[in-house]
Amino acid sequence: MAEQKKSARKLKDFSDGSARMRYTLMTVSIIGGFFFWYLITLIPTINTFLASPKQVLRALISESKAGGRYWKDISISLQRVLIGFGLAFVASIPVAFLMGWYPKVRNLIEPWIQFMRTIPPIALIPLVILAMGLGEPPKYTIIFIATFLVMVVTIYQGVKEVDKTLIKAAYTFGAKDRDLFIDIIIPASFPFILVGARLGMASALTTLIAAELTGTIFGLGARIQGAQQFMDTAIVLLGIITIGVIGFILDKILLFIEKNLTKWK
Amino acid sequence: MKKPLIIIKDVRKEFIVEKKPNVVALNGVNLEIEKNEFVCVVGPSGCGKTTLLNIIAGLETFDSGSVTMHGEDIIGPGPERGVIFQQYALFPWMTVRKNIEYGLKFITKADGSRYTKEEKRALAEHYIKMVNLTGFEDSYPKALSGGMKQRVAIARGYALNSEVLLMDEPFGALDAQTRAQLQEDLLRTWESEKKTIFFITHDVDEAVLLSSRVVIMSARPGQIKEIVPVDLPYPRTQATKMESEFIKIKNYIWDTVYKMYLEIPK
Ligand SMILES: Nc1ncnc2c1ncn2[C@@H]1O[C@H](COP(=O)(O)OP(=O)(O)OP(=O)(O)O)[C@@H](O)[C@H]1O
Ligand SMILES: [Mg+2]
Repeated sequence: MAEQKKSARKLKDFSDGSARMRYTLMTVSIIGGFFFWYLITLIPTINTFLASPKQVLRALISESKAGGRYWKDISISLQRVLIGFGLAFVASIPVAFLMGWYPKVRNLIEPWIQFMRTIPPIALIPLVILAMGLGEPPKYTIIFIATFLVMVVTIYQGVKEVDKTLIKAAYTFGAKDRDLFIDIIIPASFPFILVGARLGMASALTTLIAAELTGTIFGLGARIQGAQQFMDTAIVLLGIITIGVIGFILDKILLFIEKNLTKWK
Repeated sequence: MKKPLIIIKDVRKEFIVEKKPNVVALNGVNLEIEKNEFVCVVGPSGCGKTTLLNIIAGLETFDSGSVTMHGEDIIGPGPERGVIFQQYALFPWMTVRKNIEYGLKFITKADGSRYTKEEKRALAEHYIKMVNLTGFEDSYPKALSGGMKQRVAIARGYALNSEVLLMDEPFGALDAQTRAQLQEDLLRTWESEKKTIFFITHDVDEAVLLSSRVVIMSARPGQIKEIVPVDLPYPRTQATKMESEFIKIKNYIWDTVYKMYLEIPK
C-alpha cells in the first residue's frame, strides 16, 4: 500500500508574521519604491514635473546647510502641530467624559459636534484669518478645531461603550459614582484616548499643511507652495517626504506609548 | 416564627424593546429566602433567572410587586449582596490579584476600620489558592481561559464575604473535576460561614447536591413553576449523589424541567 502522506493543513495566518520577515519585506519595498522612482524620472517628460531621487537629495543637502531654511521650516511646522494638537488633546478629554457621563451634556453638544465634523477645517481658514490675522494663532486654531473634533468623537465613543457589566460589578462592591468614574470609566476608555490621539495627530498634520498654504512664509506647507511657483519640484518632493517622515515618527511614538500603557489589552 | 431574610412578592418585570413586542421576563414571582438558606434556581434558557438575580442584587428595576431584605426595600446594589456574574465581569486592566482585591477597598470591617494593603493581599492569596490559580496572580484576564476567568470571578465574589451571595451559573464553564472541587468548597464555606446563597444553574445534579430548595422556573412569561425541597442532610459530598433519595429528587426535577421543555412551542 502506498504510504499516505499526511501533513496538517496550513490555515490562513492573520498575524503580522515574524519580525525578520517583516523587516526584510519592508526594506525590499522601500528600496524597490526608490528604484522605481529613479527609473521613471529618467524619462525627460516625467522629470519636468517629478524630480529624481538624486535631485531631491541635493536639495536636502543645500537646504539643510547653514543658511538654508529646512530646519526652520520643520521646527515651525512641528511647533504648530504640537501646540494645536496638545491644546485639543487637553480639551477633548474632559468634554468627551462629560458627554459620556451626563446625557444632558451629550444631547446639548452632540448635534454641534456631528455638524462641525462634516466641515473640512480648511474651509474655516478665511474666517479664522479674518478674525485672528496672519500670525501664529490662526494656525493653532485651525489645527485645534480639526483635532479636537476627531478626538472628542473617538474618546466619547469609548466612554459610552464601557462594558455595562463592569459598571454593575463595581456598583455591587459599593462603589460610588466618583469611584466608578476614576476606577472604571477612565481606565476602560484609556485605549480610546490613545486611538483618538493617533487619529488626531494624523488630522493635525493634514490640516497644518493646508493651513500653511496661505498667509505664512515659514513652515513646510509654505515651502512647498513657494517652490511650486519656481517649478522647483525637488523642493516640493523634499517637503512632501519630510511631512511623511514626521507623521510616521509621531505615529510611532504614540503607538509606543499605547503599547506600553495598555499592556492588558 | 422568624421572618424570611429576603421576600419577593408578586414581582413583574417587562423589558421594553424598541420596535418589537415587549418581553415579559417575570410575572407574578413570589419567593421567600430564609437566612442561611441555600436556594438553587433551574429553568430553561431565557426564563428570567438572571433577571430575578439582578432584581435581588438591586441592579434591575421592576414594574410591580416588592423585594425586601431584612424587611427593607431593596433600592440598589450593595456590598451585603455579592454577585458572581454569568459573564465574569472581570476588569481587563487589572491583574487577577487586583481584580480580587478591588472590591475590598469599599468594605468596612466590624471594628469600623478598612482593610490594610497586607490584609487585602492575604485575602486575595487565600482565595486564589482556593480556586487553584496560584501562579496566575499577576496575569491579566485576557491571558486566561474561560474556566480560569470564571474562577477569578468566584474568588472575587467569595473574598467580599457578603451576607448574601448571588451566583449566576458560576460553575458553568468549568471542567468536571474543578467543578466538583468547587462545589465541595462552596458547601464547606456555606456550612461554616452560614451565608445565604441564591444560585442559578442549568445542572440539575448540581442544584440538588448544593441546595436546600430547588426553584424551578418556566418561560414566557418567567414564573416560578414549583419549589422542590431537598431533604438531604448536610454535610454533603460528591458521594451524596449516590443516595437513593438524591436520585429520586433529581429525577423528579428532571421530569418537570423536561416536560416544560416539550411544552415550549417550537
Ligand atoms: N436588557 C434586556 N432588554 C430586553 N430584553 C431582555 C433584557 N434582558 C433580558 N431580556 C429578556 O428577558 C428574558 C429573560 O432573560 P434572562 O437573562 O433573565 O434569562 P435567563 O433565564 O438568565 O437565561 P439563561 O439561562 O440563558 O442565562 C429573555 O427573554 C431575554 O430576552
Ligand atoms: Mg442568565
